[in-house]
Parts: sequence; structure tokens; C-alpha cells
Amino acid sequence: MWRVGTVVALHDETATARTITVEVRDWPGHVAGQHLDVRLTAPDGYSAVRSYSIASPPNSERLVKITIERLPNGEVSPYLTQEVMVGDRLELRGPIGGWFVWRSQQTEPVQLVAGGSGIVPLMAMIRSRSSVGSKAPFRLLYSVREPGAVYYRDELEALSAQDCSLVVTYAYTRAAPKNWPRAPGRIDAAMIAGTAWPANLVSTCYICGPTPFVESVAELLTASGNDRDNIRTERFGPTGDRK
Amino acid sequence: MGIISRGFSGRRTPTDIKLPPGQYLTTDFPVLSAGPTPHVPLEKWEFVIDDGKNVLQRWDWKSFRDLPSQTVTVDLHCVTRWSKLGTSWEGVSLDTLLADIKTDASYTLVRSYGDYTTNLPLRDLLNKQAWIAFRYDGQDLAAEHGGPARLLVPHLYLWKSAKWVRGMTLMNEDKPGFWESLGYHIYGDPWREQRYSGDQ
Amino acid sequence: MSSNNYDYLDGNAAAGELSTLFAMDITAAEGQCAHCGAKRRFAEAHLYMRGPGVVARCAVCENVLFRLVNVRERVFLDVRGMTYLSIDTSHVRTSSDSALA
Repeated sequence: MWRVGTVVALHDETATARTITVEVRDWPGHVAGQHLDVRLTAPDGYSAVRSYSIASPPNSERLVKITIERLPNGEVSPYLTQEVMVGDRLELRGPIGGWFVWRSQQTEPVQLVAGGSGIVPLMAMIRSRSSVGSKAPFRLLYSVREPGAVYYRDELEALSAQDCSLVVTYAYTRAAPKNWPRAPGRIDAAMIAGTAWPANLVSTCYICGPTPFVESVAELLTASGNDRDNIRTERFGPTGDRK
Repeated sequence: MGIISRGFSGRRTPTDIKLPPGQYLTTDFPVLSAGPTPHVPLEKWEFVIDDGKNVLQRWDWKSFRDLPSQTVTVDLHCVTRWSKLGTSWEGVSLDTLLADIKTDASYTLVRSYGDYTTNLPLRDLLNKQAWIAFRYDGQDLAAEHGGPARLLVPHLYLWKSAKWVRGMTLMNEDKPGFWESLGYHIYGDPWREQRYSGDQ
Repeated sequence: MSSNNYDYLDGNAAAGELSTLFAMDITAAEGQCAHCGAKRRFAEAHLYMRGPGVVARCAVCENVLFRLVNVRERVFLDVRGMTYLSIDTSHVRTSSDSALA
């Protein structure tokens, strides 16, 4: 069923990504990792539906945040990242998904691996963990093209600085910051060995990003000894779009 | 219908271009599929026409490419509403492929590598209406667009132009293919907007 | 005929569409492929969503698990590709961590 929300805030995460905060009066609540569908309708009745991961943690305020990456030839993302104004109404369906979720009752170590905009649902998990004061050990391996593409950098820095059981590692694939110890490149076995939880800790792994990224990382994690049943995945389209 | 989203217009077509009802013009070439792209080595490729019991005719890649081919420019209309005009293809006409086949079958089920099928009346494949196309826009047909070869039947919705074609079965009765068996129109004329079963 | 293409999404992408049909979350459901017998979570199925309909394929053998087509006010569903789908009903709906009044 579709609900109507009102845009209450806009925030640019990068030059091409924007977070929209929507107030939804009858929002039933959600769990970190879930997503929602947005439906846009043109005056002639034409409509387009896209899925976006919820960036905000469960909260009592009936606010949901989604972070959208603007795709150059997108039909919906240019509208959401450039046209939408505070006060606009959006139709939403959700929350959706019960598998790719982290519930605050979970206490086991968690390995998060994000590819580009795949960071969004994982950030909801990190924020959820923080909001309830969970001490579940979290590691995030965040793969991006170049430093300007990182979402939520300041927040990740602050959270990991104040809590040593949250460790964040960046993997730059095209261009790294000056003096970066690792040359730009994709996540490989060495990086997994160096930054991910050892397999014998039986962590729950969450991988999110474009399909080729997810397949590659899932294979690396199983090759390093993680059980397939402990690896949860969510694939975005090749350009990061969920459709 | 949902609430109108302020300032959202969706896709727009210039008003002087005539398209079938409900379509919009696109300049790119969307890739839509129901499954993984098959990769068919040319030395294994074949096109087989059968009648459900017997093989009537078979070509391998070499004998297929030895057949006379044509270059045609056609418009494409996809049931997902995009239309792409003036596309250039090279292919072997179904008139050529069916020339030596004597049949009183009225229908065909076209089969693709992978599990895709689509059905058409045999007469819609004849009389310069259909080709097995192996080149698009001056280049060998890319796998994502149906290469090594696909059916091209531009007067029907594009789901009838089966990608990765491998053959066809001649039938006496119309038998719905992959999409026709799940709600899509058995014939699919874009100018009469025959998208779904039950559409006139 | 195997391929290296990554043209698919996964069961999570179809969950919104399926929520109009299923009251329970489908992504955590376990399904068995009728062709190869593999048992997997629905979230792990390969989803082809950009065509005229939604096609879910087994991640192991790529055979069709189910197909869905929206025809105006009607949904056509073909689930012959699954021997079964097993859904945990102990969560009445996907529960939230927060207490909403």
C-alpha cells in the first residue's frame, strides 16, 4: 500500500548524491537494511517506481531518510536529486525486506562491505547500532571510486573515533587520496584478509552494491572461510540504480 | 492513479513524431531481458526449422551466412513503451529461409538459446516482414542485443523479435510463448496497442 | 549456456512488487528450485526486472523460479519453477526495532 510523505529536509552528501528526509505520518516503523519504493506520477498519469534503501535508523519520529545517487541518464534520480523541494509530497511503499536486515538484538560480529551507493542500508545498520548503544563489533569495508564519492564521511569518522568497536576502512578503486598506503584498485583477497573479520569469528556479513561487486565480494568472503549462510547480499543495478 | 508529483514529467516525445499509441521516443537502445545473456560460439550456432517431429531444414553459421542478406531500416516498438526509430539491420529474410519448405502449418513457435520462446502466425514472417538479423548499425550484433542472431519482426512489439534465436517450430495451432502465456497479447500489434491478452 | 553477465538484481528488488500479493516478507522465505533442487533464500534469487515482466531465476542453475506480469489491474503469476516456498510466519509483519505509539 502506498503512503504519502512530505519532504522536510534535503542534504547533499556529494556532488551527485542527496539525502531526502520524508515525514510519513502513518509510517509503521522499519528495521535497518530495509528499503522503500518511491512512486512518481506525471500529470498524464505516467508513473515510475524506484527502490531506495532507507538510510535512517529505526526511530520514533516517523521520519525516513533515503540517499539517492543522480544517474546521468536517469529518469527518476535527476528529479529526486535536483527538482524535489521541501514541502513536496512523495508516495512511498514500505518498509520492504526482512532478510537483508540487522536487528539491534543481534550481538555477533558484523562485517559490512559497501560498493558505492551500497553504503546506504549499511549506514542505517551503523546508525541503528549507535542509537541503541550496541557493542556488537562492526567492521565496514567501503569501496568507492574516489574520495569525493564517499557518503557520510564526517559521521563515519566521528562514530568510529568515539567507538573502537566500529572500524571503517575505505577501498578506493579509481583514485585514492594523496599518500594513501594502497594503490587504487578493487577489493581483492588481500584486502579481505587484511580488514575483514577472520572467518572463525563467524560474523554475519552484509554486502551491498552493484551486482558484479556483490558477486565478487561474496566469492572472496566464502573463499576466506565464511559460510554462505552467514553472508547476506543486496544487489543494485550496474549503475547503482535499483531498477 | 497516484498523487501527481510536482514537476515530474517522465519521458517526453516531440509532438511532431508519430508513434504507436502509448509509446515514447528513445534515442538509446535499452537492453531488456528475461534471463542471462547466452554466449553462443559460432561453431556451435545453428538455426533449425522443424515441425515438432522432423527437422525440415538446418543451417550452421557458415551456411546461414552464405545465404543472401538484406539491409533494412526499421522502427522498433517495445511493449515497455519505448520506441526507437530508423534502426539499421542486416539479416536474412524469412522468405529466403522458408523458400524451400512446404507446409500447411499456420503458426510458428520461435525458440532462443536460453529458454525464451515467442509465437507468431507464419504469414507474419513472410512477405518481407521478418529477418534473422546478424548485424545492427553496421556492426556485428552484440550479445546483449541478441547476437549472434535474432529475429526481427518490426511490425509487432519487440518481444516478438526473439533474441539469440536458434530455430522455430511450425505448428497447426497457435501456442503461446514465454510472455504470451503470462498475460501478454498473443499477436502484439503496436498500432492497435495489443499489449495484453484481451486487448482488441 | 553459462554467462558472466551481471544483468540481474536479487530477490530484494522484487519484494516491493510482491508485497501487493504477499502479506509476509518474501525475501527471507526459503524456496526450492523445481529444476535442480537447490534450496535458497528468495533474497538470493537472480531477478530480471527490466523486461516486460519480472523473472526470478535460480542462482545455481538459472532456471525460472517464477514469473510475474502486471496487466493493468491484474497480476499474472507463474510459480511452477519452485517446488515450494517456505515462509516464517512468526513475525506477523516485519517488525521494527522502535516502539511506535
